[in-house]
Amino acid sequence: MAIHRQIRSFFFHALVLGFGLLMLYPVFWLLSASVKPTTEIFTSKGLWPSSITFEHYSEGWFGLRNIQFGRFFLNSLILCVVAVIGTVLSSSMAAFSFARINFPLKNLFFALMLGTIMLPGHVTLIPQYIMFHKIGWVDTFLPLMTPKFVGDAFFVFLIVQFIRGIPKELDESAKIDGCGWFTLYFRIIMPLSLPALITAAIFTFMGTWDDFFGQLIYLSDIKKFTVPLGLRLFLDSSGSSNWGAVFAMSVLSIVPSLVIFFLGQKYFTQGIATTGLKG
Amino acid sequence: MQKYKTYAAGYLFLLPWFIGFIFLYLSPIIASLYLSFTRYDLLSAPQWIGFDNYKTMFTDDYRLGDSIKVTFKYVLLSVPFRLAFALGLAMLLNQGMKFLGLYRTIYYIPSLLGGSVAISVLWKQVFDKEGLYNQGLSLLGIDGPNWIADPHYAIFSLIGLSVWQFGSVMIIFLAGLKQIPQELYEAATVDGASIFRKFARITLPLLTPVIFFNLTITLIQSFQTFTKAFIISGGSGGPINSTLLYSLYLYIKGFTFLDMGYASAMAWLLLIIIAAFTGVLFLTSRYWVYYSDGRD
Repeated sequence: MAIHRQIRSFFFHALVLGFGLLMLYPVFWLLSASVKPTTEIFTSKGLWPSSITFEHYSEGWFGLRNIQFGRFFLNSLILCVVAVIGTVLSSSMAAFSFARINFPLKNLFFALMLGTIMLPGHVTLIPQYIMFHKIGWVDTFLPLMTPKFVGDAFFVFLIVQFIRGIPKELDESAKIDGCGWFTLYFRIIMPLSLPALITAAIFTFMGTWDDFFGQLIYLSDIKKFTVPLGLRLFLDSSGSSNWGAVFAMSVLSIVPSLVIFFLGQKYFTQGIATTGLKG
Repeated sequence: MQKYKTYAAGYLFLLPWFIGFIFLYLSPIIASLYLSFTRYDLLSAPQWIGFDNYKTMFTDDYRLGDSIKVTFKYVLLSVPFRLAFALGLAMLLNQGMKFLGLYRTIYYIPSLLGGSVAISVLWKQVFDKEGLYNQGLSLLGIDGPNWIADPHYAIFSLIGLSVWQFGSVMIIFLAGLKQIPQELYEAATVDGASIFRKFARITLPLLTPVIFFNLTITLIQSFQTFTKAFIISGGSGGPINSTLLYSLYLYIKGFTFLDMGYASAMAWLLLIIIAAFTGVLFLTSRYWVYYSDGRD
């Protein structure tokens, strides 16, 4: 009986693991193609290269005239850091207000906020673009950064849910000790909401890193290009003539997402399970 | 007095959100509705043309017709398959077994990376005539087509990419499955119920709220898919409009042809389509979504 169960369990794990690895096969292939000699990329069937070369990486990095991939990474990084700070700060402020302070029309505002989650971005896209165009912000980072400072409904909701789980007695005793609302927010509720804030930060980082559409619309000067735009430009300009370099840059472009994911795994699972984000 | 101080604090903390709501949601929505009745190219002032944009959409614009067909095909195939895969894997992983964390990670990685330009680039290669997918098929003795270049098949490469990203939905299902009381299964086992019966009578009904949630979210997201179609078709939606997802066509109209009035009208049509789908889901939910806490 025990042996029977062990065999069953073995097959079970083999199946689950095998299927998972099969799914990831394209990603492994990408990784392997990026270090294979050019002649081998499409001819050899196996994953393991006959020799490992990093020339695709240097070809890709310096592959565009007048600009290097480092610039794209720097731009993306700046954008992401600002987006994370803006989103976490503004979303947590709104969440604190919704979760802890009573004021007229609160329920209406909360409903409106949830409504914006369901609204397809296309409806606001064009007027937003026109507005940013009118004030001369197109082709700067501002249209991509400023909207992050007004909070993101998804994360407001996530943080509200989290704050509601913090005992209200803390607020009472803080107030008796003479804490104002700001001190309560900044010194007590924020530190206790750290897991939710980290979740919001991680998702914001990844969302901004991969936000191809917004960056495509607002940025046209190559010096301001981000990683997704740079990668697309590189694909268009060298494309089939140098797949190895395109693959190498593709690999580099997903490294930050992977690193953040592995560092913050437990927050990820929580965040997805609460809000259904990302996907 | 104290009361008003509290109100003031509440509004103050809400101020950034409120400013955003006014400038990034409320006024753009109104402006977008207005623009949809105009011709506007950013350079000259918007010109009121009544329902002309909508008339053109329904009578003249065959590309829009193609685009809507392609988008429906994409949504109606990718959403059910993505959910089915996610549920199947979630049930498999929910056996309380070892290495759950590892497996969850493995299956989540495609979701994590799937929206990036890099994966779309890779996908272009995977579904090439000589690509990975056809290499796999050739092992089975099948000679696959050139998925990306053949208008009959191109959309399936996008659907495949979308289904491949089932990991995040799976994690939500896993969380839902954990909520189902084990005693129900134990009792059913004592009564001699088969696996299928347990699935149909316990798992599925108790999971309907999560299915409803996933269905709604995935549906809304799928209607707005852009990056995959843009990268894989090189921004054209080709071959012969076969990957011209709605968002891509809206982008082409608005930002390539600078026909902002028409693109706004398209945005409203999309809003109506999405609202219709989610509306049907919400209205029918009382017949098929089961809330165990006694709500209807």
